[in-house]
Amino acid sequence: MKLVLRNITKRFGSLVANDRISLEVAPGEVHCLLGENGAGKSTLMNVLYGLYKADEGEIELDGKVQHFTGPGDAMAAGIGMVHQHFMLIPVFTVAENVMLGNESTGFAGTLDIDAARERVREISERFGFHVDPDALVEELPVGVQQRVEIIKALSRDAEVLVFDEPTAVLTPQETDELMEIMRQLKEAGKAIVFITHKLREVREVADRITVIRLGKVVGEADPKASNAELASMMVGRPVELVVHKDAPQLGEDAFVVKDLRVRDALGHVHLDGISFTIKAGEVLCVAGVQGNGQTELTEAILGLQEHVEGSVTLDGKELVGRSVRQVLDAGVGFIPEDRQADGLVGGFTIAENLMLNRSFRSPFARRGSLRIAELDEFAKTKLEEYDVRAPDIYTHAGKLSGGNQQKVVVARELSRDLRLLVAAQPTRGVDVGSIEFIHKQVIATRDSGVPVLVVSTELDEVVALADRIMVLYRGQVVGIVPGDTPRETLGLMMTGERPKDVVA
Amino acid sequence: MTTAGLTPAPAPTAGPVVDTVPVVSKKTPIIFGVLTVGMALILLFEGQSGETTFRLAARTDFVQLPELTVPTMAGAWTLTVVCALLTAESVRRYLARRRTPLWLLAVYAVAWMAAFLTWAAAGESVPVVGLLAGSIALAVPLVFGALGGVLGERSGVVNIAIDGQLLFGAFAAAMIGSVTGSPWVGLVAAMVAGALVALVLGLFAITYFVDQVIVGVVLNVLVIGLTSFLFSQVLAPNSESLNTPPRFPRVPIPVLGDIPLIGPVFFRQTAVVYLLYIAVALVAFALYRTRWGLRVRAVGEHPKAADTVGIKVNRTRYRTILVAGAVAGMGGAFYTLVSVPQFNREMTGGAGYIALAAVIFGKWDPIRATLAALLFGFASNLQGVLAVLGSPVPSQFMLMLPYVVTIFAVAGLVGRSRPPAADGVPYRKE
Repeated sequence: MKLVLRNITKRFGSLVANDRISLEVAPGEVHCLLGENGAGKSTLMNVLYGLYKADEGEIELDGKVQHFTGPGDAMAAGIGMVHQHFMLIPVFTVAENVMLGNESTGFAGTLDIDAARERVREISERFGFHVDPDALVEELPVGVQQRVEIIKALSRDAEVLVFDEPTAVLTPQETDELMEIMRQLKEAGKAIVFITHKLREVREVADRITVIRLGKVVGEADPKASNAELASMMVGRPVELVVHKDAPQLGEDAFVVKDLRVRDALGHVHLDGISFTIKAGEVLCVAGVQGNGQTELTEAILGLQEHVEGSVTLDGKELVGRSVRQVLDAGVGFIPEDRQADGLVGGFTIAENLMLNRSFRSPFARRGSLRIAELDEFAKTKLEEYDVRAPDIYTHAGKLSGGNQQKVVVARELSRDLRLLVAAQPTRGVDVGSIEFIHKQVIATRDSGVPVLVVSTELDEVVALADRIMVLYRGQVVGIVPGDTPRETLGLMMTGERPKDVVA
Repeated sequence: MTTAGLTPAPAPTAGPVVDTVPVVSKKTPIIFGVLTVGMALILLFEGQSGETTFRLAARTDFVQLPELTVPTMAGAWTLTVVCALLTAESVRRYLARRRTPLWLLAVYAVAWMAAFLTWAAAGESVPVVGLLAGSIALAVPLVFGALGGVLGERSGVVNIAIDGQLLFGAFAAAMIGSVTGSPWVGLVAAMVAGALVALVLGLFAITYFVDQVIVGVVLNVLVIGLTSFLFSQVLAPNSESLNTPPRFPRVPIPVLGDIPLIGPVFFRQTAVVYLLYIAVALVAFALYRTRWGLRVRAVGEHPKAADTVGIKVNRTRYRTILVAGAVAGMGGAFYTLVSVPQFNREMTGGAGYIALAAVIFGKWDPIRATLAALLFGFASNLQGVLAVLGSPVPSQFMLMLPYVVTIFAVAGLVGRSRPPAADGVPYRKE
């Protein structure tokens, strides 16, 4: 089935999210839609899937103009979508999820669950998915959940498959498997739209590449184009993909973690006796698939976890058992992984957000009242220094783009005398330009002699920043390896395998 | 340190495995212990003399079970020892990091209850059949209400308005039943009335995204005001023609109704109670085994996912809460068409809130919620029976019993329960 989008325009108020975007996908072809976060890729796909209604433009399937009023219409027309945030019901089984909305029923609307199981098995076998139809979705690994999404689309005889940022949640190995699945689907004659901002993947599977920026098609790129060419098309200016850094000037063992063990209220052990050391002036990157204990590690350091055993010392001072404020006072800067939830107060102004970690004493407060003038002065300086693109310091943080929000968080955390920087997913959902900037700040902090702990699920980021890399798997350290360790090795370690010669 | 070789380490694909420290709640053994000690203290300091008789049969029974007579103190002490043993078993399981199983809880509850009744009814006879049959009667509106609650919440709408649905159902049943002279027409009117309250709830909660808890509470107050006004202005002055509804007659079921103990308790009831049995089975079946139920649960768990497979989220929610309101309305009809043949102000006495507690205690499952509602019904009836027997416990204290049981049930004994993920969250399309 051939899909044609013609001059699709979608506005949200005054914002034009899609500005006359056109796209063609033929059967047996993988067409990549490349663009930064916020470039309008997801909006376009939601229009295609009937979730949004386009203000202008047409969707054509095999030459026929379509008018979708909802996802049901799009599905019936043969469009299947693999959503970035899986549209699966966690407490349902695989078979129930696959049949939902498309149920075969017996007498009086009773569910024919056997038919659904059979359908799952059949598709699963045809593409080698290994999915158990009776497994509960919430108990499946993310990669398998994604296959359930694909099965869901295929069970409805989808001819056009849309993958919306499918690799964001996958391990490198799972990503490779997904690429293989895409090739199989392509050979089976499906038309595939692959939305991503990751250059490596694009070059691997794409037959055609369309780059969009700020809601407009910038042009088509050759799949053989270099990373740098693709990146500059995507961002609109030349970008440095490599962080320039000198060899680290290593100092003492400043930050020492020993036998750290963290469990939650339900008794699940999230960190199982991990130990590591970071020297002053060194970046240690924690690599691993999301959910292997990284969140608990950073929160335990900061004092946000309740059941913590073991020891965490900074410059010889014990941090375990201290309150969060005491930890901050010890000189710990913390960039949380979810800036919207933990890093900022969306309804506060930029200036107010900049003083959140120093709200209770000088320079911004005296005898219980705020010193607005000092704060404004400080905020103005930081806005400029950190290149936060905002009308003024009184703009609400919630109104900023992801990259600018993150710059506010980084500015706040780096504006104190730090003894340790903990940065969790510092560039998640941040545009390429801001990534470049934030990476430079992290390296500058390192070079000022501060130990830095970076947690990232993006291998690119880990490799760019790390002096040493620690891989976590199911709450344990698989190994601590040098920063120049090959990606393949890291990828394997992220699945829990320990290569020879690597010591835990 | 290089990383040339890629052979897996001894632990193959699974890699290091993190264990789970089992967390077993100490709640159950502690509650067992406290209750057992409490029972023992009562027996020590408030000893009774004489014998206690348990009447296991109704006078009209086909097969007459013999009466069971036990010496009060000996019987009560024996049962207390049984409780102590069960407590010990629970503690042993806790120390071995195992949970106290449900059967142990049930046996303990029966043993403790029996000990308490033996003591409280010293020198009297306990009408066991009456106690249980009365519990069912008190539980009927609660079960209907709880079913309505389960349905609503499974589709993602918190149904605080159960009490309003019960009350309006009771009102409509009384009035329409009186006018038409038919209890069946009254029952249908009650269902319509319950659905009407649900419709208003839906309008605010689903269409206008108003906070569902607030709308629910406001609706309850509104219905109280409305029915009280109509009662004093319309029903009371014309009580003969508007507030003397016909009652549903008791219809014993042949054979089943003759089984000793069970028969008189479950199968010598009115048509409304038999409808209740059908409703419980039907709701459970529909929710778990039909397309309709799958979609309702999907909409309550992850509305956006349901939307992306072409299910109309808000339409499904409207339909479900209308059914839920009608079911709760039937519970209201029980008040005026079975219990008392006339409507009174605020006659539900907050039963809807107890039904809501049953929904939570029953973990949003129709069968468990029904059992929870039955437990609350038993607690209410026990209070009444003990007052009649002239037990040594002050009656004012006993009046608290059903509510104390509710609080304990919801707060302490449920264990971990997980509401539908999108319960109470309106669905907005971007």
